[in-house]
Amino acid sequence: MSPTDLSPADRAPGTPDAALLTVRGLRKSFGANRVLDSIDLTVDRGRVLALIGPSGSGKTTILRCLNGLELADGGTIDVAGELALDFAQAPPKKQLTALRDRSAMVFQHYNLFPHKTVLENVIEGPVGVQKRPRAEAVAEALALLGRVGLSDKKDSYPFELSGGQQQRVGIVRALALKPQLLLFDEPTSALDPELVGDVLRLIKELALEGWTMVIVTHELEFAREVAHEVAFVDGGVIVERGDPKELLRNPQNERTKQFLHRLLFPF
Amino acid sequence: MTESTWQLLLDSLWPLLDGAIRGTIPLALASFAIGLVLALGLALMRLSKRPWLSGIARGYISIVRGTPLLVQLFVIFYGLPSIGVVIDPWPSAVVAFSLNVGGYAAEVIRAAILSVPKGQWEAAYMVGMSHRRALGRIILPQAARVSVPPLSNTFISLVKDTSLASLILVTELFRQAQEIAAFSQEFMLLYLEAALVYWVICLALSSAQGLLEKRLDRYVAH
Repeated sequence: MSPTDLSPADRAPGTPDAALLTVRGLRKSFGANRVLDSIDLTVDRGRVLALIGPSGSGKTTILRCLNGLELADGGTIDVAGELALDFAQAPPKKQLTALRDRSAMVFQHYNLFPHKTVLENVIEGPVGVQKRPRAEAVAEALALLGRVGLSDKKDSYPFELSGGQQQRVGIVRALALKPQLLLFDEPTSALDPELVGDVLRLIKELALEGWTMVIVTHELEFAREVAHEVAFVDGGVIVERGDPKELLRNPQNERTKQFLHRLLFPF
Repeated sequence: MTESTWQLLLDSLWPLLDGAIRGTIPLALASFAIGLVLALGLALMRLSKRPWLSGIARGYISIVRGTPLLVQLFVIFYGLPSIGVVIDPWPSAVVAFSLNVGGYAAEVIRAAILSVPKGQWEAAYMVGMSHRRALGRIILPQAARVSVPPLSNTFISLVKDTSLASLILVTELFRQAQEIAAFSQEFMLLYLEAALVYWVICLALSSAQGLLEKRLDRYVAH
């Protein structure tokens, strides 16, 4: 793989679409508050799943469970048929680390490391954790930064960048980990409206290049255009799921209808 | 001021500076260095989810902050020999000051660690770091920046507190002043002169603090 190639490492041409991620019966409570109630979902290799729903519905918690930032209380997560976690009991630490290794997350508030330059942010995982040769990791990082138009910012600190630039660095940091699965947690919600476009365009490019992604978003137009499937989450359950164009135009469930209506006619 | 007063001022300056260079400054530096290591350990214990660990740290900090430094110093130097533990003046002073700084700085470091946003831990875990690695590479460097002003305060207080070591026979700045004052009977002159030397040391420390803050602030928006 050439360093400028953004496409996922493990997706050989002609690989039949098989489930990369299978989640069954995922449950999570914070104290008495049940946040996730038996979530089932499947994402095939190279497909994009968009999670939509009101705030507090549990969609961000789903992502956080997929990256091991939250420990689910029950259910199973299976990645590529190679890694199977059962949360009936707390899984061993090794499995959680393996889960994290296979996915990478882009945060709503970027969460770049403020005391490290852009380049250092990107290579922290590959060099510091994955122990890949520094020269190779730097070359790849620079190529990725070039792809998102930030070559000249490699020695800048995050505070010197706009929100849109920071989020693109956040995406590059995730890509540099060479994950099988990309997780986006409302990647444009903290951005000024005029900066949203650049980030969405980049995510769309990644989708077209065959990355497997789960995206929590409020950008319905974007979900319609980029996602292969949309799931509407409310009250900790997936209320309705389906083809984005179909679901967004013609929702079947009453709660989905209300939610979409509120987004289309906010006042 | 008579000529002889000037002469005494000049003559006593070197012994006072000598006391600072061989007593006050190394005493403060050694105690601060050891105290900081202790403080980091205590801060991490205090943040631990294990109740017994955080309990020990909490108790220690409470005792150190709740008792006078002079009493701590006397317990170590004059008290311990009665149970068979005899420690020389200098090491006694270093032990007492280190334990004291450890207690105070622990709270500063704990607060600084807590001031780093939770998202930094999450991003560190996301790129695959262990808890320990996240702490060392992501959290502590950011906490260090926040804790420079309060830790500088602790250090400056410590420099002045080392004058208490004169009471356990450590030769340092203030003890030198006391001895010359007793000999010459020029109390006002010698104690003011000692005060001046302390002040100059602390001025130097304040400007060092400024430089350090500036350096650590290079990645923060102004």
